[in-house]
Amino acid sequence: MAKSHVSMTVNGKAAEGLVEPRTLLIHFLREQLNLTGPHIGCDTSHCGACTVDLDGKSVKSCTMFAVQANGADIRTIEGMAAADGTLHVLQDAFREMHGLQCGFCTPGMIMRAYRLLEENRNPSEEEIRFGISGNLCRCTGYQNIVKAIQYAAAKMNGVPFKEAAE
Amino acid sequence: MNDQTPTAAERAEKLQGMGCKRKRVEDIRFVQGKGKYVDDLKLPGMLYGDFTRSPHGHARIKKIDTTKAAAVPGVVAVLTAETLKTVNLAWMPTLAGDVQMVLADGKVLFQNQEVAFVIAEDRYIAADAADLVEVEYETLPVNVDPLKAMAPDAPVIREDIRDKTEGAHGKRKHYNHIFAWEVGDKAPTDAAFEKADVTIKELIVYPRVHPCPLETCQCVASFDKIAGELTLWGTFQAPHVIRTVGSLISKIPEHKIHVIAPDIGGGFGNKVGAYSGYICAIVASIVTGRPVKWVEDRIENLSTTAFARDFHMTAEIAATRDGKVKGLRVYTVADHGAFDACANASKWPAGLFSIITGSYDFPNAHVLVDGVYSNKAPGGVAYRCSFRVTEAAYCIERAMDIMAQKLNMDPAEFRMKNLIRREQFPYTSALGWEYDSGDYHTALAKAMETVGYQKLREEQRAKQEAFRRGETRELMGIGVAFFTEIVGAGPSRNCDILGIAMFDSAEIRIHPTGTGICRLGTKSQGQGHETTYAQIIATELGLPADNITVEEGNTDTAPYGLGTYGSRSTPVSGAATAMACRKIKAKAQMIAAYMLEVHDDDLEWDVDRFRVKGAPERFKTMTELAWAAYNKVPPGMEPGLEAVNYYDPPNFTYPFGAYICVVDVDVDTGMTKVRRFYALDDCGTRINPMIIEGQIHGGLAEAFGIAMGQEIHYDETGNVTTASFLDYFLPTAVETPKWETDWTTTPSPHHPIGAKGVGESPNVGGVPCFANAVNDAFGFLGSTHIPMPHDHWRTWTAADKLGLHA
Repeated sequence: MAKSHVSMTVNGKAAEGLVEPRTLLIHFLREQLNLTGPHIGCDTSHCGACTVDLDGKSVKSCTMFAVQANGADIRTIEGMAAADGTLHVLQDAFREMHGLQCGFCTPGMIMRAYRLLEENRNPSEEEIRFGISGNLCRCTGYQNIVKAIQYAAAKMNGVPFKEAAE
Repeated sequence: MNDQTPTAAERAEKLQGMGCKRKRVEDIRFVQGKGKYVDDLKLPGMLYGDFTRSPHGHARIKKIDTTKAAAVPGVVAVLTAETLKTVNLAWMPTLAGDVQMVLADGKVLFQNQEVAFVIAEDRYIAADAADLVEVEYETLPVNVDPLKAMAPDAPVIREDIRDKTEGAHGKRKHYNHIFAWEVGDKAPTDAAFEKADVTIKELIVYPRVHPCPLETCQCVASFDKIAGELTLWGTFQAPHVIRTVGSLISKIPEHKIHVIAPDIGGGFGNKVGAYSGYICAIVASIVTGRPVKWVEDRIENLSTTAFARDFHMTAEIAATRDGKVKGLRVYTVADHGAFDACANASKWPAGLFSIITGSYDFPNAHVLVDGVYSNKAPGGVAYRCSFRVTEAAYCIERAMDIMAQKLNMDPAEFRMKNLIRREQFPYTSALGWEYDSGDYHTALAKAMETVGYQKLREEQRAKQEAFRRGETRELMGIGVAFFTEIVGAGPSRNCDILGIAMFDSAEIRIHPTGTGICRLGTKSQGQGHETTYAQIIATELGLPADNITVEEGNTDTAPYGLGTYGSRSTPVSGAATAMACRKIKAKAQMIAAYMLEVHDDDLEWDVDRFRVKGAPERFKTMTELAWAAYNKVPPGMEPGLEAVNYYDPPNFTYPFGAYICVVDVDVDTGMTKVRRFYALDDCGTRINPMIIEGQIHGGLAEAFGIAMGQEIHYDETGNVTTASFLDYFLPTAVETPKWETDWTTTPSPHHPIGAKGVGESPNVGGVPCFANAVNDAFGFLGSTHIPMPHDHWRTWTAADKLGLHA
């Protein structure tokens, strides 16, 4: 199949490659750019394990062709920690609050949480639960993921984290 | 002069040993997207395999033509059963003593069965070509109803064994019969029923569901022709079992097979079995001389690799008028699909289902299970439970509620009256299990008090009256479940897999500087083993948990073990870890005695050191002793500080718990809102409370999914209608309730650290608790049993049948 040239910015760096028109963005990221943080968990755009940030939106990279991302500015989980290795506040929060177990949904979940907090600095629990409802987790029962996002929001806002009473 | 500060408590805290909410070490890589899962692996020259699958539930194959597929540029080879026959691999043995087609041989027996395996340069080409394999089918009559499997005119599922009257587990009654399994004493049980004041009988069906980890099953096989060695990376919960089975099937010597399970994205039982994809990838690598990757997609996962449950249980309880249980009788038809590929200990065709007397003191019980073939996918794994334990817990907990209802007793009060009493432990059940320890009444009383049980019942009564008056269309349900698990398979006298006793192992090596590595035969899939095993070592050896590397999943380096499932890691490998530590500690004590010039017996252990009794300022820390082990051992002693332990547990462990759930059901929409879910778990000694709580949250969410919506459903013609996330219910953060967790601690008396295992308890106890809550909402209207799953449609239908929409 004929290939097209695509170029985009990924985690702040220029990236390019030759792809078939049908190549999914997730496969381009994982197999050509070796960014294996985003994962594939379904075929129907439900699970969100492949979520990346693209031009300021959360995108399920299994549901977009690589050619559609031509010229886009993409951030994946690999681009979240600072250059010196310091974890992003969300990465730290997920560990601190035990918001992950097998780790498979985590990259997508953190990328989704990142955009959610960019759009809403102080979300309620209900807003968080709705905001991550496109990302499935089979291990945690979500409660600690919600807590991790609340914790990160508090840190980002410079206010003390208060655990909601059960 | 040795310094007496910091204090013992301060030193213990620094170790991050047992009981500490230690943050997980594996998270550092996972939160950065640096986990290494199978599909992340990329080898030079790697090819991709994909299956052509059957569109039919049951059909004869007239012809397979692979010409078009093979002609696609980039396709390297196409395998069919005919190709596999040349290497004697068209069929493979199953863990349950049956055989199973690797690729369809002559006919297909379930929808999406593997028919051909296409190997190509990339995964897109493989998928394209798999569509071009031309198969001519002649459809056959289908049966997907296990209760009709043994009808005289039922379709013959397995022509290959049609005339065999003996199976792996004894006599077969019918050509679709697999086994009959009987436990307990029939005559006294029947007598108890004849004498009983009150009896109940109910068909309780636990539908077919799927464990559905977020990462599907996958592998990469790489055969080195020159060395004659196979390396197999895969999503394996039990890597050593895969190596042994792989060797037996392929005839490659076991030492020339290297099985590696890297990070695994959830397992829940799905990744215990051996699947066609693994065999085909291995053969493909041998044929092509190149590494071959096989990755399931979600539809393939839900419809072919493993299923769970599909138990059709007719339960009867006999009781006295004042509510003492006297007998339990259960007849079960177990639908095993087209091949008996159940992942059970080999001698237990229905797993540990005989735990079905549950937490209650039944003087008599009798259980009979018939396994049957149908036109459904094979598998039969324990989806986050010990073998068939969740089926047993669901059945007994529903049946107890039905009996309480008939006796007009509160379900919690009825349970209180029949729970095994603390002084009865160790308790031998009517079906032969020896429960190690328990304090059931304390647990249930604590649960009831914490949720304000009596007040909830008062509120419910008021709501029922309001409902009858037409003031509300909402019903309130209170679910009570008390479960006992049987985990930690298992004692060699009970358990083996293909003849290998179900022990497990730990090998610990302490380095000169007081750090070390522990390798185990288990395999984490998210349970946090790298964190928790190190905590056991920290407490046992007095070395900081941060100084211990925990390694699993490489059969070349790990000692032999049976893997992680059935909540067996802590009961078995956790024990092996503690026992290996104790060997190391005994040697360290001798070194300390030599260095301090005292007798061994003059020393006592103090958190992280041996000190001289009565002279605490004279001590050697474990770190000092590690160094000494490499340069200053007593004459005649081998240098070094390492030990291995293979632990054959003397008994299973029996975790238990009391769960209470409150739901509000809208009878006009069938919508059920979970208002509250309280889970009290007793898993014995608690190693990491943070991880325990996380495990319980996760297991409860899975239980919620199962109870409220999951079903792998087949239509009459054998189409699997729920094989993607469009149709198979996985709860999101929106539907999933908030969890309240609590605990009591009753250590296991036979386990070195008293731990019992916890990961699966919430699934076992959670499912009946949700189901009892929904049923409880309708109970006052005369309804006895509404089957799972309790989705909106079924709940609305139940309300409709009760005339609530008139």
